[in-house]
Amino acid sequence: MNSSENILEIRELRTSFFTDEGEVKAVDGVSFELPRGKTIGIVGESGSGKSITALSILNLLAKPGEIKGGEIRFKGENILTYSEKQMREIRGNDISMIFQEPMTSLNPVYTVGQQIMESIRIHQGLNKREAKLKAIEMLKLVGIPSPEKRVDQYPFELSGGMRQRVMIAIALSCNPDMLIADEPTTALDVTIQAQILDLIRELQNKLNMSVMMITHDLGVVAETCDYVAVMYAGQVVEFSDVRTLFKNPRHPYTVGLLNSLPRHDIEQEKLKPINGTVPSPHNMPKGCRFAPRCPFATELCRESLPELVADENNNQIRCWIYSDEWDGDPEVNVHDSEERTAKG
Amino acid sequence: MTKFIIRRLLQTIPVLLGVTILVFSLMHLIPGDPAQIIAGEAAPERQVEQIRERLGLNDPLHVQYGTFLGNVVTGDLGTSVRSSRPVADEIGARFWVTVELAVYSTILSVFMGLIAGIVSAVRHYTLTDVAIMVVALFGLSMPNFWLGLMLIQWFAIGNWIPESLQPFLQMRASGWGDDWRQVILPVITLGTAGAAIIARMTRSSMLEVISQDYIRTARAKGVKERVVVYQHALKNALIPVVTVVGLEFGALLGGTVLTETIFAINGMGRLTIDAIRQRDFPVVQGTVLVISVLFVMVNLLVDISYRFLNKRIDLN
Amino acid sequence: MTAKKELLKVEGLKQYFPIKGGFFGRTVNHVKAVDDISFTVYEGETVSIVGESGCGKSTTGRAILRLDEPTEGVVSFEGKDLTELSRKEMRAMRKDLQIIFQDPYASINPRQIVSAVIEEAMDIQNAVPKKDRRKRIEDLLQTVGLQKFQADRYPHEFSGGQRQRIGIARALSVDPKLIICDEAVSALDVSIQAQVLNLLEELQEEFGLTYLFISHDLGVVRHISDRIIVMYLGKIVEIGDKHSLFDNPKHPYTKALLSAIPVPDPDHKKDRITLRGDVPSPINPPEGCRFHTRCPFATDKCKTDVPELRTVDIMKDGHQAACHYIEEIESGEHKAKDYSAEAIVGKGQEV
Repeated sequence: MNSSENILEIRELRTSFFTDEGEVKAVDGVSFELPRGKTIGIVGESGSGKSITALSILNLLAKPGEIKGGEIRFKGENILTYSEKQMREIRGNDISMIFQEPMTSLNPVYTVGQQIMESIRIHQGLNKREAKLKAIEMLKLVGIPSPEKRVDQYPFELSGGMRQRVMIAIALSCNPDMLIADEPTTALDVTIQAQILDLIRELQNKLNMSVMMITHDLGVVAETCDYVAVMYAGQVVEFSDVRTLFKNPRHPYTVGLLNSLPRHDIEQEKLKPINGTVPSPHNMPKGCRFAPRCPFATELCRESLPELVADENNNQIRCWIYSDEWDGDPEVNVHDSEERTAKG
Repeated sequence: MTKFIIRRLLQTIPVLLGVTILVFSLMHLIPGDPAQIIAGEAAPERQVEQIRERLGLNDPLHVQYGTFLGNVVTGDLGTSVRSSRPVADEIGARFWVTVELAVYSTILSVFMGLIAGIVSAVRHYTLTDVAIMVVALFGLSMPNFWLGLMLIQWFAIGNWIPESLQPFLQMRASGWGDDWRQVILPVITLGTAGAAIIARMTRSSMLEVISQDYIRTARAKGVKERVVVYQHALKNALIPVVTVVGLEFGALLGGTVLTETIFAINGMGRLTIDAIRQRDFPVVQGTVLVISVLFVMVNLLVDISYRFLNKRIDLN
Repeated sequence: MTAKKELLKVEGLKQYFPIKGGFFGRTVNHVKAVDDISFTVYEGETVSIVGESGCGKSTTGRAILRLDEPTEGVVSFEGKDLTELSRKEMRAMRKDLQIIFQDPYASINPRQIVSAVIEEAMDIQNAVPKKDRRKRIEDLLQTVGLQKFQADRYPHEFSGGQRQRIGIARALSVDPKLIICDEAVSALDVSIQAQVLNLLEELQEEFGLTYLFISHDLGVVRHISDRIIVMYLGKIVEIGDKHSLFDNPKHPYTKALLSAIPVPDPDHKKDRITLRGDVPSPINPPEGCRFHTRCPFATDKCKTDVPELRTVDIMKDGHQAACHYIEEIESGEHKAKDYSAEAIVGKGQEV
């Protein structure tokens, strides 16, 4: 795929936090790409580095976080080389971001309108009156009733779902090419989540946006994404189109994640959890990060880290099982749960 | 908002009544016969009786209070036993001196405190931050009378005083005068502790606010860092600081007593001290009353500005 | 389930929280968090209460344990009315009724080592003789999948999942009959959540426990429950065994709730009932059926008449729903109004 089709390409991104206990490699060699107009899901559990990846794109990391290397190509240009001023022009204008907690993501001392207008005035240079009209228009667009009244209200006067709509209004007010949604519905009830996901999808079509959806919820991924990158311990372990990922997951971690998930739509026997816990960031395994929890791990897995390898369909996997060097059972079937031990 | 101000004003009425009761009781809480104490131990019985009569001490307590309250409301704070001038006049002559001192000191506290606090928070865990916080700790632990004496020692009495600083010297002799430079040392004396408290408060408040999600939201919108800090963060961080400023003003009014004495400023603080020394109880009552009312009013203002900053409480 | 024995019976439970206001802090109104609900939990089963935030599910759990004193109603445990007990008797009763919370870290004293955390529970109930406690603590830790030596560690040395295991060990230490799990696995990552869910199931088998499971996650609920209670705005809207409820939901709210959950299958056909607006405030809940403001089937009758829980022919195994139009909706004679366009963009409802 060449870069003109991809709105975003991330290559070997490395982001670390420098703490008293030493360097924590929160994102360690992450690569993936997002085709224009499509939605990519970044899934992973806590500590997988998915949110840090998102913050790295806009260079919004708080101290002591720091991007150490790699490339982030947005519309072909490596924005990691941009100055702070150039980045500010991208933030909220070309790339917008919405966050998990609608309750705390809006400034409590400014009205909803002021917060939408700020973005518009910075990037579009409209005057106050024009910006306010545009803010009202945005509120209408995101389905907020009586926007002329709401525009002058403070965030605490709105429910969680309404606040997330306001966040979306802020994010989309300058027609960004790309929206990063960091767990946008995790804090919301399911009926409200459904409304917000529908809204994002509809606006994506209307405004021809690319979306990066960061979530831990595989249901949300299946429903909203075209591509999925599964992250584990700071790395992408599997990348593929959404159908392949759910129908034919290849990485033992992806398989484990799907087997752990209690479903409301089908009857399941016992759940098959993944053994153990995520490794401590201070003490990463030297081989494959997932090896200590992987039921198929061999000496090779424990000793050396596999590369992320793409096949002819650009489905990518970071696992020794699919390489020529694999030293375990050549007939191994990652879907065969019998090989797994049940207890953690 | 108007409704809130009216309600808040109404709420000060019981507080002010409480203050008058306390001030009224001052006279009666002193062990022994107030008339005798005012007159002095050696005074003849006739003179004591006169004072008693003049102060209305022979009436029943509630009548005395009624009279007192009636007088206070009409602006009559009684007559000084020593100077025989109306207490209201005695205070009036000195009121603005003290208010000026307190207001300048508050301004200094807030100004210095906010700047130091913000700089400290923005550069937290750097050398700048540590240095500011160490200085603040000093400022906080220094008693203001000691600081005042030291300032006089350094600037006024030392022989190394440059020509330009001469006016500081004169101040000791002439007290509060027309030269603005004479204000500087007392204001520093009085404002330092407050500045230190406000600096610490601002720093912790700013640090808390800067780590909030909505600050990240502001940055994600492409807002300049300067605007993030001075608008998005500061407006939120000020909310707890404003409360402290109100309380600080109270402490400051108390502090004027010592500062005015040290710098020989003829304000209400000094008036109070002199009155206590001379057992001039009507004057003591008057100054305590005026200072209390001032304190109540300042806190009323603080509450109202608090409301401006934090719209959320408007709902209740 | 053979010979069902009633363990917990809740009748007419109400929990109103006063709202103070006005000049003198009078009670100006009430939050009707739980408004007249009744249900029974039988020995050895898992009953779940599900619903969205503000539906009253957690309040119900707290009221049963009298962590908040219920406003009205009877809570009988093995035939004894808990609301009538003195504080001392209630404390003794808590030996049989334990609770596990969502945030294991918040409910464990961070300055106590694990053995002290567990011992404290035993101490309050005087459940185990002092000399046997250490052995008991080590056994419990192994039961919940931790190591003996971890008894002397502090809570911060454990991960979220492990801390939840400590919370479970603490609850188990007094040999309870009923454990209320209040969003006990909600804060955990899926892979860890599955471990804890399996553990809870194993423990239930081993010790014959009864669970009252409070959760907003219908996947978890389907997995662990025998019977399910669906709450909306302080009322039970539907109750039934797992299969009837999930395969054959009858209340429009339950249907909407189930249809709203994203399914981890990209080929899943979306047949979503999108609800308008937000849950109304429990301070002044809507008259009639509380769901009528968001219900696509609502009629004028729903605005005035409160529907009772009832069962119709097509529902089995004690399945009940509180809707006036179960039959009509089922037969298709009562059609849904389509609000989906409104719910997404346009005129959602006033909140």
